[in-house]
Order: sequence, then C-alpha cells, then structure tokens
Amino acid sequence: MPRVLSRGVVVLLAAVLALFIIGPLAWLAVRAFAASWTYPDLLPDAWTLRWWSVVFSDRALGVAVQNSLFFAPITVLVSAAICLPAAYAFARFEFPGRRFFLIGVFAANSFPKMGLFVSLAALFYALNLMNTILGILVVHVLGTVVFMTWIPAAAFAAVPRSLEEAARDAGASKLRTFFSVTLPIALPGILVAAIMSFLSSFDEAQGTYLVGAPDYMTMPTQMYSLVLNYPTQVAAVFSILLAIPSVALLLAAHKHIVGGHLAEGFQIK
Amino acid sequence: MTTSVSGGLAIEGLHKVLGGRSIIHSLDMAVRPGELVSLLGPSGCGKTTTLRMIAGFLTPDAGSIKVGGREVVNLGPEHRPSAMVFQNYALWPHMTVAKNVGFPLKLRKRPKAEIAERVDAALTLVNLMHHKDSRPARISGGEQQRTALARALVQEPELLLLDEPLSNLDAKLRVKVREDIREIQQRLGITTVIVTHDQEEAMSVSDRIAVMNNGRIEQFSTPADLYSTPATEFVATFIGSLNRLEGRIEDGRVVPGAGVVGIRPEDVVFGPEAHPRGLAATVERVVPRGHFAELHLRREDAELRSYVTGVPPAVGTSGCARIEKWLEFEDGQLVGQGTPA
Repeated sequence: MPRVLSRGVVVLLAAVLALFIIGPLAWLAVRAFAASWTYPDLLPDAWTLRWWSVVFSDRALGVAVQNSLFFAPITVLVSAAICLPAAYAFARFEFPGRRFFLIGVFAANSFPKMGLFVSLAALFYALNLMNTILGILVVHVLGTVVFMTWIPAAAFAAVPRSLEEAARDAGASKLRTFFSVTLPIALPGILVAAIMSFLSSFDEAQGTYLVGAPDYMTMPTQMYSLVLNYPTQVAAVFSILLAIPSVALLLAAHKHIVGGHLAEGFQIK
Repeated sequence: MTTSVSGGLAIEGLHKVLGGRSIIHSLDMAVRPGELVSLLGPSGCGKTTTLRMIAGFLTPDAGSIKVGGREVVNLGPEHRPSAMVFQNYALWPHMTVAKNVGFPLKLRKRPKAEIAERVDAALTLVNLMHHKDSRPARISGGEQQRTALARALVQEPELLLLDEPLSNLDAKLRVKVREDIREIQQRLGITTVIVTHDQEEAMSVSDRIAVMNNGRIEQFSTPADLYSTPATEFVATFIGSLNRLEGRIEDGRVVPGAGVVGIRPEDVVFGPEAHPRGLAATVERVVPRGHFAELHLRREDAELRSYVTGVPPAVGTSGCARIEKWLEFEDGQLVGQGTPA
C-alpha cells in the first residue's frame, strides 16, 4: 500500500512538473492558431492560419529571421576561433596569470548586462561600431566567451595526457596528435559549448537592440516590437519559431552526444 | 609478424633534475640486442623517469641514449625507434581495437592493404582477432593490455618499452600476461625494457635486472646473481626476503660488530635435534605461505626467520637453529659471504 501511495505521489509530481513546463508552451501553440479566444473558454472560438501568413509575409519579420540565422552560426565560429585555443592553453599549460585570466573570463557575466552594454555603446560610438554587423558580433561573442572557454577547457583537461603521449610515441606530430586524439575526445564538450553559444546568440536581445536597432533586427529584438505592435497571436507564432532551433539542437545533442560512442569513453550514458 | 633483429640500447651519463631535485644521477646502462631488462625499484627511485627519457617524453639534462647505435636523445618521441606500452594502456577511446593498432601505421602512410595485414598479424599474435571491431571501453583490462601491446608491436620497434605493464591486472591474470609478454618478446627477439616495482615480476621475466634506488643503479645483473650475490644491502633487502642483523657471525652465532649480516630465511635451518653449529631456538610464530611456512625463531643471540617445507612445527616448539650461509655488508656494500667453517 505505501508503495502504491509513493508511486502515486511521484506520478502526481511529474504531472505537475510537466504542466508547469509544457502548459505555457501548449497555450502558446494553441494561441498561434486561434482566430479569437475569450476568457472562460478552454479552447479558441475559431481556428486560423492567418497569423502564420502574417509572419511569413511580413518583410521585417523575415529579415529578422534571416539576421538571426546569420548571427548565431557566425558567432559560434568566431567564438570558437577565439576561445578554443585559449581553452586548450588553460587546460594544458601553466603560464603566469593563468588563474587571473580564467576567472577574468567571467567579467562579462558578472555585471548587470545593461550597464555593460551602455558602456560598450559609448565605446562603439567612438569606434564607429554602432549599427554595424561587427558591433553586433562583438556583443554576441562576448556573451559566449564563458561557455566557449570553460566547458572546452574542462573537456581538454579531461583528455588523459597518456593518450596524447601514446599518439606521439606512435609517430604523430604535436599537431597531428591534437587533431587525431585530443580534439575528437574533447569533442562532446566542445559541441555542448557550441550549442550553448548558438542559443545564447540566438536569444541575445538587449545588446543587439542597443547596438543594432533599427538597422539590424534579430528575432529576439523583433519580439519587442511584436509584443507592442501586433496581435498577441503573431507574437505566439514568432515565439514558436524562436524555439525551433533550441529544441532541434537539444534533440541533436541528445542523439549524438549522450547516445553516441563518444559517451562511452566518458561513462555518461 | 616477422622476427626483427632489434638493436640494443646504450645509456651513458644520463642526468635529470626535476623541480630542483636531482632525480637521475649519471646513469649508465647497456642493454644487449634481444635482451629483456627490468628497471626495478621502489616508487620514486627514478625508474619511470628513466623510461620516459628513453621514450622521449622527458629530455635529460645530460647524457646520451643510443638505440641500435644511433643517438636519439635529441629526437622527439615520434621520431624514436621505440614503442611504449603505457601503465594505463592509453588506448584511444574513439577508435576501435583495430584502428588503435593501425594508427601508428597510418601515421607512417603505409598502404591500406599493408595496414590491414599487419594489424591482423599483430592482433593474431596477442590473440585478439575476435575483438577487432570492439571499442576499448567494451573489452576487459587484460584485453586492453594486449591491445596496447599489439599497438606497440605492430610498429616493429627496435626497442619495446613497458611501464608497469601488469600493475592494473589481477594477480592470476598478471602471471599469465607476463608469461605471454616474455614468450612474444623471445619469439620476436625484440629488445625490451620493463619498469616494475614488483621484484617477483622482474625476476620471472627478465634476462637482467637493473635495481634502482635514489636515481642510481645499485646493481645490474641476472636475477639469480642478484639473489645470490647482491652488491649492496639495499639490493639484498629489496630482492627476496632477508634476516638483517647488526654485527657479524662468529662460530655460528651473531656477535656485536660494526657491520651488518644478511641471512636468507632458507639458509636458517631449524630442527628438533641439537646440532654442533646450532643454537637453542623457540618457534614464536608460524606464517603459512602456501607450499612452505615462515617460522619466527627466537635464539639467545637474535631473532631469525626461517622457511620450512612440509608440516611446520607448532608455536612454542623448542629445537635448534643453525645458519648455513650469510652475507656481510659494511657501509651498505657487500664485503663478503660466509659459510660455516
């Protein structure tokens, strides 16, 4: 009897949690197809695809989607190019100021974002970076530095040195050892960092708005004007579009990182 | 797998300082072609440091390392004609067993067909063909060990280096694997250096053993020689068991003196009857050791340990114990061996 009871409690808690997480999303999904929806009714009075055509035919919204799909991957690439060598250095070399820089990477995340962006904007005016693609990229990359440095650094550090030594012993140069042994083994950690950076860039709104608006609007910055200027259903449609990359990436990550052979070496199945 | 005549190893004046501390002091060692030599010593004696310098992972501060007559001390590990089996095997988890073994050949840009053939030959040699496509995480410790060995052998190195190759295996497997290693080593005639802290392991596989202590080779000789004629007190205590007594032996009894006497337990003979060269002794403790037993004997001059086969006497038994052979040390060096007059 207590067994059945405790099982019932678990199921109940799971249901509440599911409602808490899925509830708003379900509401959003229904909202996106609702023609009109009045308060006491559980479901909309009428259904429509009009809001979707509004979004897809609106040039400004289309451009925002394009911009987001441009900035997020470029941010990941730039961030990886800058941060991965640093991550490797943090993991493998002892150099003066190592700890200082490792903590310093957090600087961009340790102040209120708006304060940082305002001072950044002052600097950007001086450097003529306001309303430029480069300026927005700087803002986006800034937000990814912590992920792209700390997670890969931990992944690199977790590669046993003897595996690298075995490669050297087998006849591989230092560079070959990095690309054939170190990088593949650290790859799951780097992929996680890349996904988090992609999502962080995809979601970044405050800094992009300050530096890029109105010339460069991304999906999150466009959300601001959507909420104010369009029917709520359009915002719902746009929210769903904004969520697609996150969900797709997380599913891919689950399949390739947790389910794949790479997890075997890490025993994190 | 072809039998390769490998070159020998010659180390001269090797010196290494790590963290301000001198780890290896002008070490000399010559390993003959086809010979299996163990570096044996307690942890921190410098044996692993020496092996890592031979492999090229550490640069010595002074000295020369020649493999097959060729100076290698300035070469990186990838350019040395040696192959190493690591203590934790260091198999690459993202490659299958066959890929692990084939990687050194791939690096040498051998044709695909040749790689496949040589990988198969190496895996057959270590009896691992059935795990060709398994990943290292899916096979047992002993199989991982054999994979690591195959990966080293496939390179047909002039010099095979093994760093504590058996320390991660359980006791039973250890005996089997060390016999396998010895058998393959002899079949291929490959010059081999093994680092170990286990004297039994070193004794059972080596042609010669270099006993190391504090960054120096105390003695470099055959297992039998090390046991019967240890050059120093350290070697005598490290190899086998030893009754170590201060003083010297006169008329079969231990008398006070400046030196140190070492007596192997099998050279202490205990019996119920009195013996002209023996002294009255009592059995204080009996430690069964399988096919023999270790007796702790109390004599009026000293406490001695003795090995007996067969049924051991009971604790408290009185009898007579005599010393048949002993080693004499002064300042840690062997100065003489004694037998009863």
